[in-house]
Amino acid sequence: MVKRLVVGAHYGFRDWLAQRVTAVVMAVYTVYMFVCVLNLPAYDNAAWRGLMSGGFAKFATFLFALALFYHAWVGVRDIWMDYVKPISVRLTLHVITLLALIGYAGWVAQILWRL
Amino acid sequence: MAEATVKKERPKHLNLMQIRLPLPGFVSILHRVSGVGLFLSLAGLIWLLGASLGTPEQLECYRATMAFSVLGLPVVKLFLLGLLWAYLHHFCAGIRFLLLDMHIGIELTPARASAVAVLLVSLSLTALLGVLTW
Repeated sequence: MVKRLVVGAHYGFRDWLAQRVTAVVMAVYTVYMFVCVLNLPAYDNAAWRGLMSGGFAKFATFLFALALFYHAWVGVRDIWMDYVKPISVRLTLHVITLLALIGYAGWVAQILWRL
Repeated sequence: MAEATVKKERPKHLNLMQIRLPLPGFVSILHRVSGVGLFLSLAGLIWLLGASLGTPEQLECYRATMAFSVLGLPVVKLFLLGLLWAYLHHFCAGIRFLLLDMHIGIELTPARASAVAVLLVSLSLTALLGVLTW
């Protein structure tokens, strides 16, 4: 029988991949938004509001926000794991990070869909 | 059976003031620093987004915030300029890392060149977009 040494929570590859997929989503959105802003008819609040009121803009912006928050979760969690060794402090920081990001997602949804 | 019991004292040299990072290492740590800065600023950025798309009162609040200055220095705009650099650096360095993942430019010379390119491109884009949007 092979004795296996089980190490870690096995989220390494999944998060490595998620970090890259979310990065590509954000990069595409960034270029898309940049082009949209360049093509605005005027540079005032009405034009900005008009741009963000479109159905696709809302969808894309919300997707960007979710990608950003997942990306930030993986990145910030890695930083806590690198620098914070006491397990109780680390857990607390993980929970605070996660709760903040979940709250931000709701906040962004509210900003977009009241337009 | 020879067991590796002899623990050799390995030289440790982790003094941050004495380590001279190579350029790719510099780009890498700036990737982390810029990410932290952006993460910590998220609440402020979402607030600005909401205020810029909110009621007329909120829009007034947004304009007052953007115009806020200390001793004649528009500190909010300067801070946002810093975040613009952080975003662009993170963006460019991220694309470099994606290319390295695909084994593009992993030799020493191109890796060094792309590190320099990341620093230069993100700084010049910051200057350009900063001037355009100021």
